[in-house]
Amino acid sequence: MTYVLLALAQGLLVVAQADLLSRVLAGSALLLPLAAVVAGRAVLTLGQGTVGGWTAARRKRALRGRLLERGADVTLLGRGLDALDPYYTGYLPQRYAAAVVPLAVLVRLAVADPPSALIVAVTLPLIPVFGALVGLHTRRATERQWASLHRLGGHFLDVVTGLGTLRAYGRDRAQARVVRAMADGHRRATLRTLRIAFLSSFVLEIAATLSVALVAVPAGLRLLDGSLDLRTALLVLLLAPEAYLPLRSLGTRFHAAAEGRAVLDQAEAVLAGDGPAAGAVRVRPGRIAVEDIVVRYADDRAPALEGFSLTVEPGERVALTGPSGAGKSTLLRAVLGFARPESGRILVDGVDLAELDLAAWRRQVAYVPQAPHLFAGTVADNIRLGRPEASDAEVRRAAEAACAHEFVAELPDGYRTVLGERGLGLSAGQRQRLAIARAHLMDAPVVVMDEPTARLDLRGEALVAEAARRLLDGRTALLVAHRPALLSVADRVVHLTLPKVAA
Amino acid sequence: MIARVIGRRHMAALAWAVAAGVGGELSAVGLTACAAWLIARAGQQPPLSALALAIVGVRAFALFRGGLRYVERLTGHDAALRVLADLRVRTYDALRRSADPSLGAVGAGGRDADLVQRMVADVESVQDLLLRCLLPAMVSWAVGLAAVVLSVVLLPAAGAVLAAGIVLAGAALPAVAALASRAGARRVAAARSDLAVRGLDVARGATDLAAFGATERFVTRAEEAAARLERAERRSAAVEATMNALGTAVQGLTALAVLWVARRHGADAVPVTVLTLTALVAVEAVVPVADAARRFVELRPAARRVTALLASAPPEPAVARRARVPARPGIELAGVRAAYGRAVALDGVDLRVPFGRKVAIVGASGAGKSTLLGVLAGETRARGAVLLGGAPLDAYDAADVRAAVRGLTQDAHVFTASIRANLALARPDASAADLEAAARRAGLLGWIRSLPDAWDTPVANDGLSGGQRQRLLLARALLADPPVLLLDEPAEGLDLPAADRLVTDVLGDERTVVLVTHRLAPLKAADEIVVLDRGRILQRGPHDALAAVRGPYRDLWEAERLHTDHSVGVKTW
Repeated sequence: MTYVLLALAQGLLVVAQADLLSRVLAGSALLLPLAAVVAGRAVLTLGQGTVGGWTAARRKRALRGRLLERGADVTLLGRGLDALDPYYTGYLPQRYAAAVVPLAVLVRLAVADPPSALIVAVTLPLIPVFGALVGLHTRRATERQWASLHRLGGHFLDVVTGLGTLRAYGRDRAQARVVRAMADGHRRATLRTLRIAFLSSFVLEIAATLSVALVAVPAGLRLLDGSLDLRTALLVLLLAPEAYLPLRSLGTRFHAAAEGRAVLDQAEAVLAGDGPAAGAVRVRPGRIAVEDIVVRYADDRAPALEGFSLTVEPGERVALTGPSGAGKSTLLRAVLGFARPESGRILVDGVDLAELDLAAWRRQVAYVPQAPHLFAGTVADNIRLGRPEASDAEVRRAAEAACAHEFVAELPDGYRTVLGERGLGLSAGQRQRLAIARAHLMDAPVVVMDEPTARLDLRGEALVAEAARRLLDGRTALLVAHRPALLSVADRVVHLTLPKVAA
Repeated sequence: MIARVIGRRHMAALAWAVAAGVGGELSAVGLTACAAWLIARAGQQPPLSALALAIVGVRAFALFRGGLRYVERLTGHDAALRVLADLRVRTYDALRRSADPSLGAVGAGGRDADLVQRMVADVESVQDLLLRCLLPAMVSWAVGLAAVVLSVVLLPAAGAVLAAGIVLAGAALPAVAALASRAGARRVAAARSDLAVRGLDVARGATDLAAFGATERFVTRAEEAAARLERAERRSAAVEATMNALGTAVQGLTALAVLWVARRHGADAVPVTVLTLTALVAVEAVVPVADAARRFVELRPAARRVTALLASAPPEPAVARRARVPARPGIELAGVRAAYGRAVALDGVDLRVPFGRKVAIVGASGAGKSTLLGVLAGETRARGAVLLGGAPLDAYDAADVRAAVRGLTQDAHVFTASIRANLALARPDASAADLEAAARRAGLLGWIRSLPDAWDTPVANDGLSGGQRQRLLLARALLADPPVLLLDEPAEGLDLPAADRLVTDVLGDERTVVLVTHRLAPLKAADEIVVLDRGRILQRGPHDALAAVRGPYRDLWEAERLHTDHSVGVKTW
């Protein structure tokens, strides 16, 4: 609606300006009204820009919100969505202007001088028709070429990323020639594509300018024989180009918005994927029974876990060992509800996981992943992940229990040290202990732990093992482990083997 | 700065593009002026012959306008792409010569990969700098100048007014736009980076968040950043719209002022019409300079970074005949220390590797294993003595050291090219038989033969499975056939029996092999095993000796046996 109003105002002001200017040029002294119209057009420009920009910002924010809930790719979230700007600020408003303004101009022309209006009315449709024809003709050719352009353009990134490898094999010098050849190839191929791609705007521009000439020359000739007065002739001259302009810009903005439309499709595809469905049944943490489950990550891949069964009694600590690829981590993910078995089931206190309120179930489980994520925030915030309301004293006690207090106290700002993307990094062992502190603070009856000591240095391993022992004490636990230090904590060790169809 | 980026030899190509652009825009001015003259003169009802030239002019300018615009676009893109091609070569050369190998040694590592991506994006952005800033600005100014000259010829006073309008729209407004947008761009960038960090937490930490019931809290936190970004974008949009509105106002008011001044000087209807309409088109032609200025402010930092990179590269080292690396070199490290910033990676390592010896390095991640390989290959700078064939590494050309000591490294890259090209990189003169032999040893030959295009199958750094990628990189390292072969985690991504066979096979070679691995089973074939922990050697000796005594190696060995028992079925005890 706003766009329609803005387009109507634009049509009105375009006609008014041409009208007044032609009168002034023909001798009358309407300078002030003309200045007012000019001011009006400036205000309209402000309005159009603001509405377009604000719409773009609002739509992008709404999309970002929805994409965040789906955990979408960060590139799409930031710069990716910026490709929508030309769509909302350019193409969308221009669509309305292209429908309204030429009509307004034609009506005014028809009133003033029907013969000129007829010329414009006949030539105006040529713009979209030519545009469509040329576009149709060139699209297939350009689409085919973009693919090869993409390849040539990507070569530079490929070579720079692999410079270390080139140097190691003494090929770095020779490769400079290849960079040159590929860059030249890229230029030639791009120009071949552009020669065709620019044809459409060339045709549109020629059609528009020739049409102006087609209107102006007869108007001049009719002035000579007195069948047209000067004011009307000037009006025709001023208005005629305004009829073609919106259609021509629509073509340009259509191309500029192409990337935006692609991004919109991409975002829709992310949003269309089904979100996690979950049941609503809540249970007390009791016996965990895994019954003959098969888990597969992609349809075309071999199952990560095939026909596996296991029962963990309340209070029992079960360690899983076995070669990598046997499905140990997959089993943990399945128990937490992150991986869904395609057959078989997992029962918690007799209730199928598929019918459980997953969020409520996960509140009963403290999870220590193999590679815990450090969130952007303070050390304390990271430990508080599962219990944001926990006091500083509780955070500290959890850190002490996890053998983490010592290294946290040595950090520049202690528990207030900022970690994550823009903050400090921690060693693998320190991360593990922070994750164990997280789990301690959760104080959940069940612990699920994934290889906390893999590839740690000796001191780090000893500390993590001690932290893990304290965490497991008095809890039901399912843990992947392979070091003697940790295995000794377990009541029972289950050894997994590789699935029969090993990759 | 810009001249450095563009390079002198491309100035001519750019000049052609500017000339075509100016021609096209002048045709637009000419079309309007001619048509205005035609109508105004016709109103005085002169003989038809007086209009003939104007009629031809109108038609000619109408044709030129479209034609020259087309030529401008093509020549402009041609010039920009020439500059880009040249810049790519110069950047590559600068990186290659750069003393700091870290930029070249980026593999899949997170921040380094981002750095390379940004640098490549910086180089590409030069295209925008030319096509969307410099070219339009130069064309606009030239057209503005031409219109002012035309107006001065017709009526000096009107020309002066137009000049004022052109300066206002083509210089003053752009300057204000650039300043205003810089502050806005900074706000947007800050909000965007906040959103990126928080969005990254939500995406990469999804499992942790779900497990701890914190998803909602973190999504809300990210949404707040999105809201801040929206506010910043709205402000920028308002500023931009204001600048555009001012441009529109300047355009209309300049035309009005020209009209008024021309009238006051008693000019006749014909020059008044021509001057007014010319002013309208001429100012319209310079309004886009504001947009160019905004973009210029955005793109300048990238151009600066590129210039800095080009300037920082050291000159090509003089080719001095230095010592030749012996054909069967031994290696000796004594008291070697290496550090990344403040983090110590190697803390006094002594190691003797006579030619033909097989040494395995084991230890935790972060123990310094890969750094030790880097020191051996001369890629990582270290203090202490590093001797190759009895002489320090400095005695040789760096390229000769690399030719003698190399192999499979963590940063190895698979290029977007055929399998053959990716292998032949290691030895361009290798015969088909050599290629096949290397592929066979790496366990890759069967897979290659099963592919429809076999050796010509295109591959890329991503897209291969972990195992195929590893085998390809291994085959490449074997094809290079260096006297000292370095292997960093050759078993990664391979199934254990195959990996063990492969490592045992390589350890049977005549050459020197230095191997970093987490997998201990095949190390019975190694002459010496070195256990590294926090940059120091804890234990050294052959497998059987180390496995027989209590200590870190036996711990690792027992853990591995527990981990890789190949008995069938679920066993419980």
